[in-house]
Amino acid sequence: MKKIYLSVIGFTIICRLSAYSQLRHDSVAGKPVSLYTPVEQHDSSAYSARRLRVDEVDFVSSYYTQTGNHSPVTGGIGSEQVTDIANGLDLKLVWLNNALNKNTLSVGFGFDYHTAASQAFVSQSGASKTGGTRVYPSLDWTVENSKKGTSFGIGTYYSGEYNYKSLGADLHFSAKTADRMGEFSAKLQGYFDQVTLIYPSEFIPQTTTVTTGGTTIITTASGNTISSNGQTISHHASIPSTPRDTYSASLSYSQIISPRLQIMLLGDVVAQSGYLGLPFHRVFFSNGKDTIEKLPSSRFKLPVGLRANYFVGDNLILRAYYRYYTDDWGIHSNTAGIEVPYKITPFFSISPFYRYYDQTAARYFAPYEAHSPNDQFYTSNYEYAKFQSQFFGVGFRVAPPAGVFGWQNLHELEIRYGHYSQTTNLVSDVVSLSLGFK
Amino acid sequence: MINRFLKGLACVALMITTSSCVHLKEYQKTRLNDSEMTLSNRKVEKNELNFESYREAASGANAGKTGGGCGCN
Repeated sequence: MKKIYLSVIGFTIICRLSAYSQLRHDSVAGKPVSLYTPVEQHDSSAYSARRLRVDEVDFVSSYYTQTGNHSPVTGGIGSEQVTDIANGLDLKLVWLNNALNKNTLSVGFGFDYHTAASQAFVSQSGASKTGGTRVYPSLDWTVENSKKGTSFGIGTYYSGEYNYKSLGADLHFSAKTADRMGEFSAKLQGYFDQVTLIYPSEFIPQTTTVTTGGTTIITTASGNTISSNGQTISHHASIPSTPRDTYSASLSYSQIISPRLQIMLLGDVVAQSGYLGLPFHRVFFSNGKDTIEKLPSSRFKLPVGLRANYFVGDNLILRAYYRYYTDDWGIHSNTAGIEVPYKITPFFSISPFYRYYDQTAARYFAPYEAHSPNDQFYTSNYEYAKFQSQFFGVGFRVAPPAGVFGWQNLHELEIRYGHYSQTTNLVSDVVSLSLGFK
Repeated sequence: MINRFLKGLACVALMITTSSCVHLKEYQKTRLNDSEMTLSNRKVEKNELNFESYREAASGANAGKTGGGCGCN
């Protein structure tokens, strides 16, 4: 360990020396004496148009496919087959206000469609619907004062799925250091979610019948409410939901170290409360009986990370990332990633990447039929198991000045493929396409 | 474990504070301003970060979301 500390200190000293060796400090004493007073010139090249304009439109689409055999819906056994198609569109509008501060309004809309084999077994017979959709619009407004080097913004976000609704809001602030070599950013976020209490079919009564004023109302196992004449009068109206709240503070500081190296420190403090499990996740005890997973009603997370980007030579870049994570459920985790973009031409690069991840198990996790019925909290969701994962692949980026395929408006195209595998046998592949329009 | 983590953090802090006096002119930032050098996630990574946060217990400290959305399929 001492070697590591000495290496870091040595690296720091080298950074300082290299910075001084590359820079010549301007000195008044070195300038020749002259009676000429230069005419003060104002920079008139600054952009001063105030009208609203579309600055950028980004479209990202991904196809994700996954296999595995530890589904939490069936208590840690069973298929984890999933396919997901995700599409997101972000529109960035820019204008200058009266104080000539840059205003940016970002409008986003996302739409996902997935199929999940395990969803069929929310009902014991395996007859539940396996497909589902998610929509997630977002809105963010940021005001940037380029003279002071500060920015301030607010944002809001919504995500809606059949069984889960989430509403979020944030405040964010950033300030550059006086020499513009560093930047501090802070973001406060709150998410207010509602988990629909859809239990596995064996844990809800088959029918509930209520008679009011001569009308018989029947609530079926699927939650449909049916009147006495057999007509469905309210779809899923009777399924209650329960809250899950998340509050987080995200802090970051970036610093230019040399003309080729810049780094960023990141840290989040996250507190969650409410229903933190999912009601359709089964747990099978060692006596063979099953129930619904039960997790504590609060969780505190503390991730800290470091990014470092280094330009090697004229064509090669190293993008490195490390994160340490800990929480009060007993999980400790390390994430390390490296990406090496190589510029084949100034406008075309190829970027192989590799990411390693490990985590310890949550103290509430045990596999299928390993929990004791006397346990206070229990889950067989392998998200909380001890495992390592590896993710590797390659990306391609094209951004020619004349536009991609000669189309001036399409200024950037990125394609990326990755293969992911966990030591729990979960394997997935993801391919993504990003298009940037100006 | 925490002791080791704090020592590591102190090393990183030392690295930043001792290097913060470096001042570059704009023309010296050409490489730093390259689009591949941005200290943020790529746009094309957006959905990768989503699936990682759903399949793994750890999340955050990557300038991504820290809550919201189920993704429980």
